[in-house]
Amino acid sequence: MTKVVKKVQLNGVEKMVEASPESRLLDVIRLELNLTGTKEGCGEGECGACSILINDTLINSCLVLFGQLNDGDKILTVEGLGDAKHLTSLQECFITEGGTQCGMCTPGMLIAAHALLIKNPKPTREEIAEALAGNLCRCTGYKKIIDSVEKAAKIMRGES
Amino acid sequence: MKDFVYHKADNLPEAVALNAAYPDYPPLAGGTDLIVQWRSGIRKLDGVVDISCVDELKRIYDEKKEIEIGACATHSDIIGNAAVKKHLPLLVQACMSIGATQIQNRGTIGGNIMNASPAGDALPVLLIYDAEMLLQNVKGERWVPVRDFFKSYRETALESGELLAKIRFPKRDFFDYRGAYYKIGTRRAQAISKVSMCVMASVSHGAIKDIMISLGSMAPVPVRARGTEALLKGKVIDDNLIHTAERSLADEFNPIDDVRSTAQYRSYVCGALIVKFLRESRIKK
Repeated sequence: MTKVVKKVQLNGVEKMVEASPESRLLDVIRLELNLTGTKEGCGEGECGACSILINDTLINSCLVLFGQLNDGDKILTVEGLGDAKHLTSLQECFITEGGTQCGMCTPGMLIAAHALLIKNPKPTREEIAEALAGNLCRCTGYKKIIDSVEKAAKIMRGES
Repeated sequence: MKDFVYHKADNLPEAVALNAAYPDYPPLAGGTDLIVQWRSGIRKLDGVVDISCVDELKRIYDEKKEIEIGACATHSDIIGNAAVKKHLPLLVQACMSIGATQIQNRGTIGGNIMNASPAGDALPVLLIYDAEMLLQNVKGERWVPVRDFFKSYRETALESGELLAKIRFPKRDFFDYRGAYYKIGTRRAQAISKVSMCVMASVSHGAIKDIMISLGSMAPVPVRARGTEALLKGKVIDDNLIHTAERSLADEFNPIDDVRSTAQYRSYVCGALIVKFLRESRIKK
């Protein structure tokens, strides 16, 4: 198939991306753009490991085709949060609160939690659980993930 | 291998024209069903007509006498719309029961309808609110009431060349009605339903003036439980009537065994749901 070019804002940087329109956005991110933080778990919208934001909206990148993007779309992957030297509060708290074990679900969890905190800086534990309902973790039992998000929200509000 | 064909519509006339010109390539909106079916090999796909960026299809119109929802409005669009919340609260509840945030942000009401699964979460609600579907082709358009839309298992009234553009809901006065939407699944988020029920009743002095019950996953298409409705109308809600309703609803349909549940469980649980609803209605008056 003829490839198409889209001009997107990738993690804050304008970028021309070329790929086949029927490629999954997940594959374009991992294989073309070499951003391998975004993971593939189930490949059918169940597990949330491939979660990213398009224009601040949380989606599963395994269920979006590259052709569905529009020029100017803002894409945020886990690499767009913070790097090893400049962690965001969320990333920091996933470490300090034990919110990550094997790490497979962590990028998706971080992105989903980030999407929540953009809209709701003071979520209850129930709201955090609800916001992460589309992200599966097979290690932690979720308590520590919710602890991590709760703690990060507190820090971001300047309360801790 | 043949190249995959990808047509992208920028506006509604283009979407209708492309859809008519390429009947073998299904419309692609949220992709939460279509892409899964394609990737898993359940559905062979040589191309798509991408309608996901057509603005006219995403809008929700709050008209004087009705609410019109574009086929590509997402579940999140519907959940967040004030007019829908006010006039179609059970639709909001149904959309909230679909998937989780990621799916609600992407999946569309038109997709839920056109996937035409007996388990489609929004479909029982359409039956209660008397929704109508706007089908457009290059020659014109027609409105089809929901009761005539779902023909048989995954078969709809949509003809080749037609595109589902909008869903229209009359604004009716449900002032003295109490409604509920129930979805029974393995877990609250993500799971595909074993049974879903939408029910709305007007109860006065302990008696049922009017009641509408619709069910998902109990038949090849979403259905109204007309038999049980008729049995309950005009009756006083007491233990006896609740028991009758439970038996009647459990007997009215012949659900099937499948990967998600059994016929026996489905019949049992829809009986239990009407019991729950009637008990709560009795207390609330």
